[in-house]
Parts: sequence; structure tokens; C-alpha cells
Amino acid sequence: MNDIIEIQGITKRYSKLTALSQVTLSVPQGSVFGLIGPDGAGKTTLYQILTTLLNPDEGTATVAGLDVVKDFRRLRTVIGYMPEKFSLYPDLTVSENLQFFASLFGVGVNENFDLIAPIFGQLEKFPGRMAGALSGGMKQKLALSCALIHRPSVLLLDEPTTGVDAVSRSEFWDMLAQLKEKGITILVSTSYMDEAERCDRIALINKGKILDVDTPQELIKGLDKNLYNASASDMYPLLEALRRLPGVDDCYTFGATLHVATRDGFNPAEAILDLRRQGLADARIYPAKGNIEDLFIKLAKNDG
Amino acid sequence: MSTIFQSLIKKEVLHLVRDFRTVTVVLVMPVVLLLLFGFAISTEVNNVNVAVVVERHTDETRQAIDRLRANPYFTFCGIATHSEVEELLRKGKVDAAVVLRTENGKLTHQIIVDASNTTMAQTSTAYIESVISNSSAGVPVVANTLYNPQLKSAYHFVPGIMGMIFILICAMMTSVSIVSEKETGTMNLLLVSPVRPRTIILGKLVPYFLLSCIILTLVLALSYTVLGLPFSASVVNVVWVTILYIVLALSLGLLISTIASTQVAALLVSGVMFMIPVVLLSGMIFPVENMPLPLQWLSCIIPARWYISAMRVLMIQQLPVGYVLTEVSVLLGMTLAVLALAIKKFNAKK
Amino acid sequence: MMDNMETVISVNGLTKQFGSFTAVDHITLQVGRGEIFGFLGANGAGKTTAMRMLCGLSYPTAGGGTVAGFDIVSQAEEIKRHIGYMSQRFSLYENLTVWENLNLFATIYGMASKDIKSKAEEVFKTLGMENMRNTLVKEIPLGWKQKLAFTAATLHSPDIVFLDEPTGGVDPATRRKFWEMIYRASSQGMTIFVTTHYLDEAEYCSRISIMVDGRIKALDSPARLKEQYCAATMDEVFRIVAKDAKRSD
Repeated sequence: MNDIIEIQGITKRYSKLTALSQVTLSVPQGSVFGLIGPDGAGKTTLYQILTTLLNPDEGTATVAGLDVVKDFRRLRTVIGYMPEKFSLYPDLTVSENLQFFASLFGVGVNENFDLIAPIFGQLEKFPGRMAGALSGGMKQKLALSCALIHRPSVLLLDEPTTGVDAVSRSEFWDMLAQLKEKGITILVSTSYMDEAERCDRIALINKGKILDVDTPQELIKGLDKNLYNASASDMYPLLEALRRLPGVDDCYTFGATLHVATRDGFNPAEAILDLRRQGLADARIYPAKGNIEDLFIKLAKNDG
Repeated sequence: MSTIFQSLIKKEVLHLVRDFRTVTVVLVMPVVLLLLFGFAISTEVNNVNVAVVVERHTDETRQAIDRLRANPYFTFCGIATHSEVEELLRKGKVDAAVVLRTENGKLTHQIIVDASNTTMAQTSTAYIESVISNSSAGVPVVANTLYNPQLKSAYHFVPGIMGMIFILICAMMTSVSIVSEKETGTMNLLLVSPVRPRTIILGKLVPYFLLSCIILTLVLALSYTVLGLPFSASVVNVVWVTILYIVLALSLGLLISTIASTQVAALLVSGVMFMIPVVLLSGMIFPVENMPLPLQWLSCIIPARWYISAMRVLMIQQLPVGYVLTEVSVLLGMTLAVLALAIKKFNAKK
Repeated sequence: MMDNMETVISVNGLTKQFGSFTAVDHITLQVGRGEIFGFLGANGAGKTTAMRMLCGLSYPTAGGGTVAGFDIVSQAEEIKRHIGYMSQRFSLYENLTVWENLNLFATIYGMASKDIKSKAEEVFKTLGMENMRNTLVKEIPLGWKQKLAFTAATLHSPDIVFLDEPTGGVDPATRRKFWEMIYRASSQGMTIFVTTHYLDEAEYCSRISIMVDGRIKALDSPARLKEQYCAATMDEVFRIVAKDAKRSD
């Protein structure tokens, strides 16, 4: 598979702060690529460089073979961009917004309507409604339609699901899967680690640095080793007790249980006995399945 | 490209049409300001209540009283005695009193005036003086007020109001509309599209230019009809100099939008940085010639100063363009400089 | 809520209408002292409106109840003194120092200045923030900001603290440290009323309510909810309960 986005050693500084530091990434054509990291990790800066809004201080990047600095004008025709906030004109109607964004790229709404039809479907019922009066989920759909109307080959989505509830988030990822079927490459950023599973490949980013890049499955491989669940009716004392146990590297809440990252030689049976001696009568420790969130915690910790 | 440009314009027009309140304010404000300054607020002296004290009636005193009576600016309040004058003035029944004496067959006069309003006092003294001494012996002074024979204050204010309105509307509205797109993030989408920055800029400026032209038509129509400014061929010059000034104001708005990152900041910058100097330093209210030197220098960088002074020459004096070459070239230079700077800043990547 | 628990929030049939739109539709719930109560719901379900009524910021159209022992209609001002509120992540003034922020919020909540001083010193020590006292908030790392925001909302030892999506966009490690603070506060008897979009965080709560279209559709402990809906995680529970939502914000 070809790489449609190639980023080589990109660094971007804002006076004292280094927003991106030596970022190198490649995104295979036709994939859904997730850029996963918390707020302030540098995700938005990377998007602004890829969309030619910012120039990098160091390094190069190409999208569909076009350089973000030299070929920026041609590059703009092949990308579809949806910024962090759903950027629409609130005082224009649904169809006026769509028509306007289509005209910016010199295309008619009908030319590529097949592409957005599944997304735009629900919006078609009220073409005359002002975009400002739409609900959050509908705004998100309209913004996505506007970003797609010129049939870009690469779709750049910056935190499209922030502040959106779990059900709507899941619907949104279904839409991205459909777009992928139509051959569009999608680079999507999120601070929700659980969304990593919906990507073909992911890059974990923190404090301007890429921590790791791979498929979600490959990344969490080997993570289960030495990772345990722990539970008891009194969770907070359990957490404190576990942190004092020998052989425990890290211990943190994880859903209904605690996750315990341990070193080789940690013996769960002994640990349980130890905890029971400390008064945690119903303490249990059993193997856990690690996920991206565990990995992120581990990598971010090693990174300091 | 033309269709992109058209849709940019169409979008901007839609914004304006849907923001009905703002557009109404923008269209109504110039009209209200013109009427307000033209009629209500006036430095002309009208209806001055005058009492006359006559020591001995003669033909001359009678003539003087008749002239006062006949003059539309005065309301004759009757004959009073010396002792009553102070009382009348204190109670505000009269604004001025004229004491007529005949000494050695010659009429002399004294004017007693309520100077709590200095403008009123000075002007009415001068009026009374000219009315009384008109035919009295002595040296008659013939004042010939050129260009504004009736000293109508509307003449003085129209150029000032135009200087203010266009800066306000063009600079403020353009900057706020661009900055609001920055705030909602749509500006980034425009910049990321293949549309060239200069097309985006033109798409913003042209609608506001057209709006300003509508306002200009409105202002001129009012000035030449209701306010009765003398109409002549010089209106052509008025129009094109104003258009130059509008372009300058639009460029200033563009420049503000590249500096300000929020709508509030844009409003403050265009309000504080432009409005206040325009009102205070442009010569709209206070004559530039009366200012201390440093302020006079400062006023040189205020576009409205040059525009207003050009408008006075073109609209009131109705002189040919040759008389305002300095003003026009300063405005032109400012426009080019501001526009170049604004476009450079607009295009700059961080 | 366990039967022997002291109740700190008790509302009955709480309703809020905006014209013909019923934002909150007869919600009834009790929260006990020291509980961590997760207030979940889809976008536009009416969570914010309900929270505003509980905080005494908005009057109910119908129904009523008490918060921290005060009536939400007639004693709204008293309620405000006995609760803490932290919205999103940064309800702090970036251009003030750590100490200035704490002092400001404590004063707003009506603490006496000598109490503020001693309490703040105590907190600085427990959190290990002693050397950050005079640092501008904008210069301290995100994790500290969160701790500080929580501290600012709780320095006056309120009975209940309301947290409105306190962890959105925060990295997993920081998010967990924040929850440890919540645990600690709860173990000291403070009631925590929290909204979140992270459903793993819902698992940390003692009890959960899920709002759909203005009504409370589910209310129980995470374990019992999972049992009831035959789900493995709270995420699944939420999807089942909220899937029929008609409204979105």
C-alpha cells in the first residue's frame, strides 16, 4: 500500500513552547488513521501544518505527493478539513452552507452528492433551517458533509467527537467506515482512547512527540503480560495498599476494577494474602486484558 | 473564479440581510446624525429674546427697534426700564438687553447679554451689533460671509459626519465580520480551500463597499435636499473623493482584523483607535487650527482630518479639485500603505 | 443509596419547562453523604438544566426538594454556600497565581480570611504544591491545574461538590489522578455529583443515573445496572439505555 501522507521530522515551536518535536509519520492510502492523545499533545498543530495553515519550523510533509509548503495551493484541492469546532456559518441555512463550500472548490452540490448522501440523509428534511439552530450531532454531520463535498482524497478530522455522547460517537465512526469503503483516506484525532479500536493504524502522541505507531492490535500485544485486575469493596484503600506492594510498577483505576502493572516475578496469590492481612478481606487479583489506554499510561510514564 | 467570487459575495449579502438589526442601524444612523446635527444641534442663534431700554424716544431709536422686530433671529420682548433689566436677565425672560441713548443727537448703544452660554452670547452680541449699527452713524462694517452666507451649521457638520460614518461603518463592520469568521473557525476553512487570499479579501470588502455606496447616496440626497446644501457639478468630485475614503476605511478594517483575534477586540480597536480621534482631532468639532501644535501633528495621521477638509472645500466652497490636491494625495498614499500592510499581514503564515 | 445513609440531595418530580419544551421531566432522586453520584445522559438530555436547578441557579417549573438540607426554591442562596462547583476543566483565572485563585474562590464561597490561609497551607502540603504557591496558573501543568480547580471548589468544605465534565480531553494518567482525588474527598464524607462522557469513569461511581430526553431512565449502582441490562461494561449499558433518545442538543 502507498503512503498518502508522509511526515518527516516535523518540528514546530511557539516562542518557548515546542508544540511538535521531530514528528515522523506515514499514513497508508485508504486507511483510517487515528492520532490519539490528550489536549495539548500537538494534534491541532499537526493538522494546521497538513492543511497548510501553518508552516513547520523543521521537517517536511507531503499529502498525496504534494508538499505542504511548496505545493500548498494544489494540496488544498485534495484535502477535506474539519476543524475542532464545527465551523459552519450559523446564519446560513443547511443547503446554503453546503452550496457555499461546494462553490469554494468550484463544484456543484449534485456532482458528489452520492458521497455525502448517507451522512446528509437526515439533514435533507430541513434544508431551510439555519445551521446555528441545529443540534450538536446534526452540526457535526453538516460539517462533515461540507468537508466532503469536493470529494477530497484525504479527509483530515480534528477531534470530531469531542463533547459528543457515546451513542453519537459510535454513529460517527460508522460513517467514517463507510467513507473508507469509498476509498477516502481518513486522518482522525481523538482524546478518547477507546476510539483507537476503530482505526486501522494509530499513532499515540503526547507533549508533541509520537510515542508509538502501529495497528491497535499490534500495539497492545504483550501488554497483557504482567497486567492484573484488582478489586475489593473498598477501592481507595485497595489502591493505596497495592501501590505499596513489592513488584508493583503502577496501579490505576480502570473501569470497575484497578489495573496493576507489575514486574516479572510478581505473584498474585501472595499479593492477595498480603492485602487480606491488611484488612482488605474481599481483595481479588486476576489477569487483565490490556488496551490502548494502558499502553498510553505506560508510554507517557516512561516518557516522563 | 468568478463563480467562487460570486458565492463569496452572495454569502456576505446573506449575512447582512439576515442581520437585519445591524443593517438597519447602519442605514438609519447616518440619517439620524445628519438630521440631528443639521437641525436640533445647532450653533446658529435663533429666537434670541431681546428687551430694549430707551432713555428718550427718537426716530432713530424707533427705527432701531423696528429693525430688531423685523429680524427673524430676534424675538422682541418689549421696552423695559433700567431697573428691570437685571431681573429679566436673571429670570431668563430675556437673553439680551439693548440700552439706547441719544447723546448730542447721536444714537449710542450698550448691549447687556446673558453670557452663561458663551456661544449664544457672542453670536447674539454680534448680531445685535450689526442690526443696531446698521445705519447708525459711524463706520459701517460690512461682513460678507462667503460660501455659507446664512452661517448654517449643517454646512459645517455634513463633512464631519461623513468623515465619521464611513470610518465607523467600513472599518468596524469589515473587521468584525472577518474576526467573527476567525472565531467560528470558518476563516480557516476558507484559507484551506483553493480560493486565493486576495479573493477572500475582495469577497469581504466588496459587499461593504456597496453598502457604503448606498449610505453615501443616502447622505448626499439628504444633504442636498433636506439640509439644502448647494448642489452643483462638484458633486462628482465629492463622490469620488468619498469613494477613495471608503476604500481607505475598508483597508483599515482589514488591517484591524489581522491584529484582533476576537470580535470584542475588533470593536474596541475600531471604536477607540478610530472613532475618538476622528471626533476630537479631525476638525469635525474643534478646528484643527486652534489645537496645540503636537495635536495638530497628531491630527495629520488621522484620515478623517484630510477627508473632512477636502469635503469642506468640495461640498461647501464648491471649488474645483485642484484646491484639494494635498488632501487627496495624502488619502491616496494612506490607502495604498494601509492596504499593502493589511494584505501582507493577512497572508502571513505563523 | 444505602438505607442508613444520611441524605444530602433529595428531589421529587423536578421539572423545568422552557415554553412548550420540557427540558427536565419529573426527575426524582436521592443522593447520600459520601456518595459518588454519576449523572450521565446523552447530549441534550437535560443534564445541565437539572444541575443548574440543584445548584440553586435556576428555579424548577414544578417539583422541588432539598440540597444540603436547604430548599431549592426558597433557600437557593443558602445552597450556594454549601456546595462547590467545578465546570469543565479550567474554572480558574489563568493570569492569577495559585494562591490568588484559591483565595478568590474561598472568599467567594464566604470563608473567613484566616481560615483560608490555614486551610490553603494544609492543602498545599497534602498536594505537594508548596513551591507553586506564587506561580501563575497558566504556567502550571494540566494535572496540577485540575487538582487546583478541584481544591478551589472544595476549600470551604462543602457538603456536595458538583463536577461538570471535569476530565474532558485530559490524558488517561491525569484523568485517573483526578479520580483519586475524588475518591479521597468522598472517603472524607464529601458527596460528589459528577457528569462525564467517559463511561469507564462511570464505573468508579457509587451510583449512576442515565438521563434520556429529560427523564431518568436508569438509576442504580454500576454493578446492578450491568446485571439488569446483561452488559459487560457501563458503555454497553449506556448504549442500550440511550439508543432511543429523540433529542440531542
